[in-house]
Amino acid sequence: MERGYRGGVIEARDLTKNYGKKRAVDGLSFTVHPGVVTGFLGPNGSGKSTTMRLILGLDAPNRGDATVNGRHYRDHPAPLHEVGALLEARSVHTGRSAYNHLLALAQTHGLPKRRVDEMIDLVGLHDVARKRSGTFSLGMGQRLGIAAALIGDPKTVLLDEPVNGLDPEGIHWIRNLLKGLAAEGKTVFVSSHLMSEMALTADHLIVIGRGKLIADTSVEDFVASASGQVVLVRSPDLTRLRERLAGPNVSFADSERGAIEVHGLTAEQVGDAAAAAGIALHELTPQQASLEEAFMDLTRDEVEFGAPPAKEPA
Amino acid sequence: MSAATPSIPELETAGRVTFPRVLLSEWTKFRSVRSTKWSLGVATFLTVAFPLIPAFVMKHHWDQNHSTEGGSPLDIALIGILIAQLAIAVLGVLVITAEYSTGSIRSTFTAVPKRRPVLWAKLIDYALVTIALMVPAVLVSFFETQAILSGIPQLQVSFTAPGIARCLLMAPVYVMLVGIFALALGAIIRSTAGSISAFAGIFFVLPPLMHALPQSWQDATLKYLPSEAGRQITSLHHGSDTLSPLAGGLVFAGYCAAAIAVAAFLLQRRDV
Repeated sequence: MERGYRGGVIEARDLTKNYGKKRAVDGLSFTVHPGVVTGFLGPNGSGKSTTMRLILGLDAPNRGDATVNGRHYRDHPAPLHEVGALLEARSVHTGRSAYNHLLALAQTHGLPKRRVDEMIDLVGLHDVARKRSGTFSLGMGQRLGIAAALIGDPKTVLLDEPVNGLDPEGIHWIRNLLKGLAAEGKTVFVSSHLMSEMALTADHLIVIGRGKLIADTSVEDFVASASGQVVLVRSPDLTRLRERLAGPNVSFADSERGAIEVHGLTAEQVGDAAAAAGIALHELTPQQASLEEAFMDLTRDEVEFGAPPAKEPA
Repeated sequence: MSAATPSIPELETAGRVTFPRVLLSEWTKFRSVRSTKWSLGVATFLTVAFPLIPAFVMKHHWDQNHSTEGGSPLDIALIGILIAQLAIAVLGVLVITAEYSTGSIRSTFTAVPKRRPVLWAKLIDYALVTIALMVPAVLVSFFETQAILSGIPQLQVSFTAPGIARCLLMAPVYVMLVGIFALALGAIIRSTAGSISAFAGIFFVLPPLMHALPQSWQDATLKYLPSEAGRQITSLHHGSDTLSPLAGGLVFAGYCAAAIAVAAFLLQRRDV
């Protein structure tokens, strides 16, 4: 599955994990490809972090399987060259300096000390590299985690909520970093509960809710499928238009003055109905849901109506 | 962190995980936290300094009534390790439990996903450090106490006298095994407080509890406790209620091996 790319393919098959009676990940199957940024989305507690731990072999699945480049993570002879991971939970000894934390990681793979310095410079922790990492702010901790993830020059990067705690400059930096890695042909798998963040970085989306797959699709298709039929209509004769359009599956929402949102009809249907009745239209615009709305529409089902069978709008 | 598009320096060499590398990595981790220096410092200091007290007391008492109450000169030289072992045990526990409490175990097992090499490396690193510190500390303690008691010929003990060298050289081994046992306990229990409690229970609470048992039961069981069995390798005299140095050492090593086996078994299957 190399296809000339430098990245590795992450493959989850029927991945299932229970913690006690709670099912955190439920029959999850997906594939993450190299060369693009794949966003891994879901509300808090939907199983994103668990899935990442399962991929890394930190937790063992109750059923199913996760592989990176065709092998279990555990079976790679040089795992840090294969996958670089930033986990959501802190994974640094608070009493150890950033330098020594990275040095210990580097030494497991025989990487030179120079590599540690390069990573510290890369994430801008030079001034505090010798301080105990327990004194770090959340943002500095994230930077250290990113340095640790990249130290082995990995083919695949797995980042759990990387922008957490970063300032706007840091967030911007992460976006560019992720895009740059994908452009090099690496596999970039990044989780977030913020759709707006993914809209700016991701090309592809894997959306989960309650541990189940909801969508595995490109960002555009995801928005299109979730937008539904909403049309903004501007007309001098809204009252008559409403009467004409009324139907069992049609509803109206007030918009700005002189305009309404029509739910349940396409722009064509609204336009034809207006023409037939001789009603003038000043505007007729199909509305694209924002990524955030699309995300909430999809995951709302998971919250309100239990867990329906996984569907793939794409 | 500059806002410009970051470029990640490429690695020209790609290495794989080997055991010597894990050993070096664990050594870096070991030496780079404060608890290491404190615990080892305290253990070494106690081993060397604590025997000075009973040595001076004995010298003083001898002048008064020629009594050796308070133990033999050898007991006095080795009294420090009885306290030092607690510091060694606490550090042994921390070497592994601090990884769980801080979450660094996830970094560790991401770099070395086969996991068991990490446990072996921690055990070896810790055992070597303990031996390297305790051998000189015990020797200093022996010669300094002998120097204090130098005016009293009856209290002079030759290093070459039967059993003396064995006791002195086995004392660091005993402390090392205590550290190994504690580290294995920590790997099994994973919480710092729980592991230290378990260690204290086994080493300091269980023996006195056994004294509540009928004498015949005591005789049959007490000598097989880890602390009682282990102590025999550092003691000169043995009776019917104690194991021989060799048997005691083997029993204690057996406890350590069993704890390590359980730790290694659990390490592989538990989620972190």
